[in-house]
Amino acid sequence: MNYLTLIMAIPLLGAALIATLPQSKSLLAKQFALGTTLVAAIATIFMTTKFERSNTALQFVESYDWIKAFGIKYAVGVDGIALVLILMTALLTPIVVLAGWNESEGGRWSTKTFYILILVLQTMSFGVFAATDVFLFYVFFEAMLVPVYFLIGGYGSGERTAAAVKFLLYSLFGGLLMLASIIALYVLSGEQGGHTFDIGALSQLEMSSTTQNLLFLGFFIAFAIKAPLFPFHTWLPDAAKSATPGTSVLLLGVLDKVGTFGMIRYCLALFPDATKTFTPVIITLAVISILYGAFLAIGAKDIKRLIAYTSISHFGFITLGIFAMTTQAQSGATLYMFNHGFSTAALFLVAGWMISRRGSSTIADFGGLQRVTPVMAWSFFIAGMSSLALPGLSSFVSEFLVLVGTFTRYPVAAVLATFGIVLAALYILIPVQRALHGPTEPGNENLNDLNLREKIAIAPIIAVIVLLGFYPAPALNIINPAAAQVVSQMGFTDPAPTHGGK
Amino acid sequence: MTEFISPTLSYSLLSPILVVFAGAIIGVLIEAFASKSIRPIAQVSVSIGTLVLALVQVWRIRNSSSTTAAMGSVIIDGPGLLLQGTILVISIIAIFLIADTENFAAAAAAIPGSPEERESIARGQQVTEVFPLTLFAVAGMLIFPVSSDLITLFVALEVLSLPLYLMAGLSRRRRLLSQESALKYFLLGAFSSAFFLFGAAYLYGYSGSISFAGIREAVVGGTGNDVFLLIGMAFLSIGLLFKVGAVPFHAWSPDVYQGAPTPVTAFMAAATKVAAFGAMLRIYYTVFANAEWSWRPLLTAIAIISMVFGSLVAIAQRDVKRMLAYSSIAHAGFLLTGVIALNKAGLDASIYYLFAYGIATVGAFAVVTLVRDSAGEVTDLNRWAGLGKRSPWVATSFATFLLAFAGIPLTSGFIGKFSIFSAAYESGATAVVIAGVLSSAIAAFFYIRVIVLMFFSDPLEDATSVLIPSILTRITVLFSAVVTIFLGVFPSPLLDFISNIAIFIR
Repeated sequence: MNYLTLIMAIPLLGAALIATLPQSKSLLAKQFALGTTLVAAIATIFMTTKFERSNTALQFVESYDWIKAFGIKYAVGVDGIALVLILMTALLTPIVVLAGWNESEGGRWSTKTFYILILVLQTMSFGVFAATDVFLFYVFFEAMLVPVYFLIGGYGSGERTAAAVKFLLYSLFGGLLMLASIIALYVLSGEQGGHTFDIGALSQLEMSSTTQNLLFLGFFIAFAIKAPLFPFHTWLPDAAKSATPGTSVLLLGVLDKVGTFGMIRYCLALFPDATKTFTPVIITLAVISILYGAFLAIGAKDIKRLIAYTSISHFGFITLGIFAMTTQAQSGATLYMFNHGFSTAALFLVAGWMISRRGSSTIADFGGLQRVTPVMAWSFFIAGMSSLALPGLSSFVSEFLVLVGTFTRYPVAAVLATFGIVLAALYILIPVQRALHGPTEPGNENLNDLNLREKIAIAPIIAVIVLLGFYPAPALNIINPAAAQVVSQMGFTDPAPTHGGK
Repeated sequence: MTEFISPTLSYSLLSPILVVFAGAIIGVLIEAFASKSIRPIAQVSVSIGTLVLALVQVWRIRNSSSTTAAMGSVIIDGPGLLLQGTILVISIIAIFLIADTENFAAAAAAIPGSPEERESIARGQQVTEVFPLTLFAVAGMLIFPVSSDLITLFVALEVLSLPLYLMAGLSRRRRLLSQESALKYFLLGAFSSAFFLFGAAYLYGYSGSISFAGIREAVVGGTGNDVFLLIGMAFLSIGLLFKVGAVPFHAWSPDVYQGAPTPVTAFMAAATKVAAFGAMLRIYYTVFANAEWSWRPLLTAIAIISMVFGSLVAIAQRDVKRMLAYSSIAHAGFLLTGVIALNKAGLDASIYYLFAYGIATVGAFAVVTLVRDSAGEVTDLNRWAGLGKRSPWVATSFATFLLAFAGIPLTSGFIGKFSIFSAAYESGATAVVIAGVLSSAIAAFFYIRVIVLMFFSDPLEDATSVLIPSILTRITVLFSAVVTIFLGVFPSPLLDFISNIAIFIR
C-alpha cells in the first residue's frame, strides 16, 4: 500500500474539490478543508501504526522514474525521524484550520483560495519530509515557498507584503545555493557510475575534502536560513508577526523544521567529513541562537515577535542536539522538533485569539486576562510552561535529552545552553505576568472567553503536550532507532559517562 | 571553361523552408491583388496555414539527416530540425498576436501626426504587410541554424533581419518611439552585419573555404595562420552575439523591445534568439570545437557579464517591456552557458531551454498586449498594480511566466536552468555556474516585485483595464502557460525526444 503517496494526494484532492466550489460558499470551503485535513490526519495515524519501529531502513518506500534523462525519480520513504515530522504536520493542519476558522476573512482574496493554499502547502510539507530523491526534495523545498508567500502576503496583517517578500528572497537565496550544490552532486554522481539523486547512492560518493566542505555549506546555509539559525534569522520575526496565527503555526511549526530535518537527512548523511569539520562553528552558532533568541524574546514588546524569538532560541537547541552526535541528543533534537511544533502552535493560536479579541498585539495592552477569560488564560499559561520546558510537559523531555546528550561531548556548550532555560523562564513568565495577571487593563473587561470551536481546537494540543510530558515513550520508540542509526552512520559512538559506575 | 552544373536540391528536406517562402510570396500577392476587405482574413489564414504546414513538414522529416540537401549549403540534422520546429511553434503563437491589428499603424508610411495618418485611421486601414514580412523573417530564421557555409549563413541573417527592422517601426501608438527604435535596430544591425562579413572574410582567408566543413578541417589541421582564425572568430562572434543581445552587444535591445509593437517584440525576442543560438551552437560545436581554448574563456566572460548585468539593470526598470528586455539579456547569458558546455548534455539542454524560454516569452508579451487604457498598452509597471484583483487569470498567467523566467521548480524554466547549468558544470565551467546561480537570485528579486505589484498592491486611481482577449490571443496565453507548467512537471518526453535526435552531423 502506497501510504506516503496517498497522504500526499488527499490534500491535493481536497484542494481540487474546493476549487470547484462557487466563490460565495465560503463556509462550505472551510468545512471541506477541515474534512480533508482530518482524513489526512487519520490516514497518517493509521500509517504510523503500520510503521515497524525497530526497522532502521526506510519504510513505505516507493520509487518511479520521473525525469529519466537526469536520473530523477519520484522516490519517497520515511525513517522514524521523517515519520514523526509527517505525523506532526498531519496533526497540526486540521487544528490550524479549526482554530483559524475566520482567519481568511481579512485577506485580499477569497476564503476558497486561502484553503487551497493551505492544502497545497500540506501536500508539499509531506513531500519534503518523505522525499528520498534530492531533486524531488529540492522541488518541494522551493515550491512550498509559493503558497506560504501568498498566505503571508495575501492574508496577513500589517506590513504583510514586505514580510512576504523578505521571507521569499531569503529562502530563494538559500535555495539557489543549495541548487548549486545539488548540481555538483549530480555531476559527481555522473562521473562515478551514473547520474542519480538517490540519497543512499549519493552518500557513497567520493569527494575531495574541499569539494565536500563547499557542497556542505551550500546545503547548510539553505537549511540555516530556513531553520533559522543566527545570523540568518532576521526574516522570521517579520514573517511571523505579519502572517495570520494559523500560517505562523505552519511556518514555524512545520516549514522551519524542514531546515533542521534537512541538516540531519542531507548535511549529515551526504557530507559526514565536512560535518565534522564544521561542527565547532555550528555548535557555537547554535549556542548563540539559544541565548540571543532568548534575550530578544525578553525584550520583545509584541507578542507574535516574542513567540518568533523564542523559536529562534528553540531552534538553537535543536541544532545543538543534531550536531552533538550522541544518540540522546539526536533523539532529543527530533523529539524537540515534534514538541516545538505543538507548543508553538498552542502559543500562536492562543495569542492569535487574544489579539483578535483585543485588536492589538502589544503585550502591554493585555492584563488581568485570567479573571476575564480564564480558559484562554490557562491555555496560554500551559503553552508558555511547555515552551519554557517545565518538567511534566513534553518540551522538558526533549530539552533535557539534548542537554544531557550534548554535555557528554561538548560540556561547555551544554552549560552555556543551560542558561537558555533560565532565560526562557524570564521570557515566558514576564508576558504571562503582564498579560494574564495583575489589574485588568481598561478595554479588556468585556473580552469573551474561548468558544466551543476554539476549545476543541486547543484541547488536542494540550493533551499531546501533557501526555508526552509524562509518557514520551510512544514518540521516542519511533525516533530512537533512527537517531541511533544517524549517529552510528556518522561513525560516532556515545561517549561513556565519565563518572558512571564508581 | 568550367561546365555549368545544375544544382541538385532535396526538395523533401528543404520543404519547411520552401513552404514558408511560398507562403510569404502568396502574402505579397494578396497585398497586391486582393481587395482591402478580405486582405486581413486572407493574410491571417495564409500565414497560419503556411506555418502549420511547415511544422508538419519538419515533423515528417524529423529523423532525416543530410549534408547535401542543397549542394552543401545546408545541413539537415537533428539539432537543426529541432530548432526549426521550435521557431515554427513560436511563430505560430506569435502570429496569433500579430493578427490583432489593433497594435499596428494604420499606414506605416504616413508621417506621425500628419493629416494622412488621421485620414488612414479614419478609413480604418490596416497594415497587412506585416504578415508576409513575418513569413520572410521566419524563412530566414529556418535557414539560419541549418546553414553550412558562411554565405548562406549571411544571407539567412539578412533575410531574417530586414523584415524585423521594418516590423519594429509599425507601432500604432507612440509611433515616433517605434520608428526611432526601428532605425536604431537597423543601424546597429547593419553595423553588426558588417562585423559578421568581416569575420567571414578572415575565416575564408584563414582556411581558403567558405564551407563549415572546410573551415573545420583547417581548424583541426592547424595549418592556417592562427591570427586570421582569431580575428575571424572574434568578428563572426560579434555579429552573432549582437543578434542574441549579449553584453556588450545588447544596447539595442531595451529600446527596440520597448518601441516595437508588442506582438513583434514577442516574435523577435523569442524566435530570433532560437535562430541565433541555433547557428551559434552549430558553429561553436562543430566548426570551432577544436579551437575551444581560444573562444571559451571569452564566451565565459561574456556569459557572466550578461547574466549579472541583465539581472542588475532589470531591477531599476519601471517599464515592463524594458524589464523583459533586460531579463532577456540575462537569459542570453544563461543560454551562452549551454554553448560553453560544449558537450552533448549542453546541446540538449540549450535546445530545451530555447523551446521553454521562447514559449514563455511569447506568453509574457501576449499578456502585455492585454493590459491597456484608453491610450493603448500600459507598460508602466506602477500602473499594473492590483492587476491580480481585476483580472486574476491574466495576472496568474503572467506570474507563471515570471516564475518560469526566475527558474522556480515545477515550471519549465527550472528544468531548463538545471539542465543547462549541470551541463556546464560537467564541462568544468564552474565559474559560470556560480555566477548563474547568483544572478538567478538577483533576478528573482525583480520578477517577484512584479508579482507583488500585481497581487499585493491596491489598484491606482486611473485604473488600467484589461482588454477582453481575442480568441487567438487567448489561445496563445493559455497554450504558453500550459506548456510552461507541463514542461516543468513532465519534461521527460521532450527531453528524451531532444536527446535522441539532437546529434550534429558534419
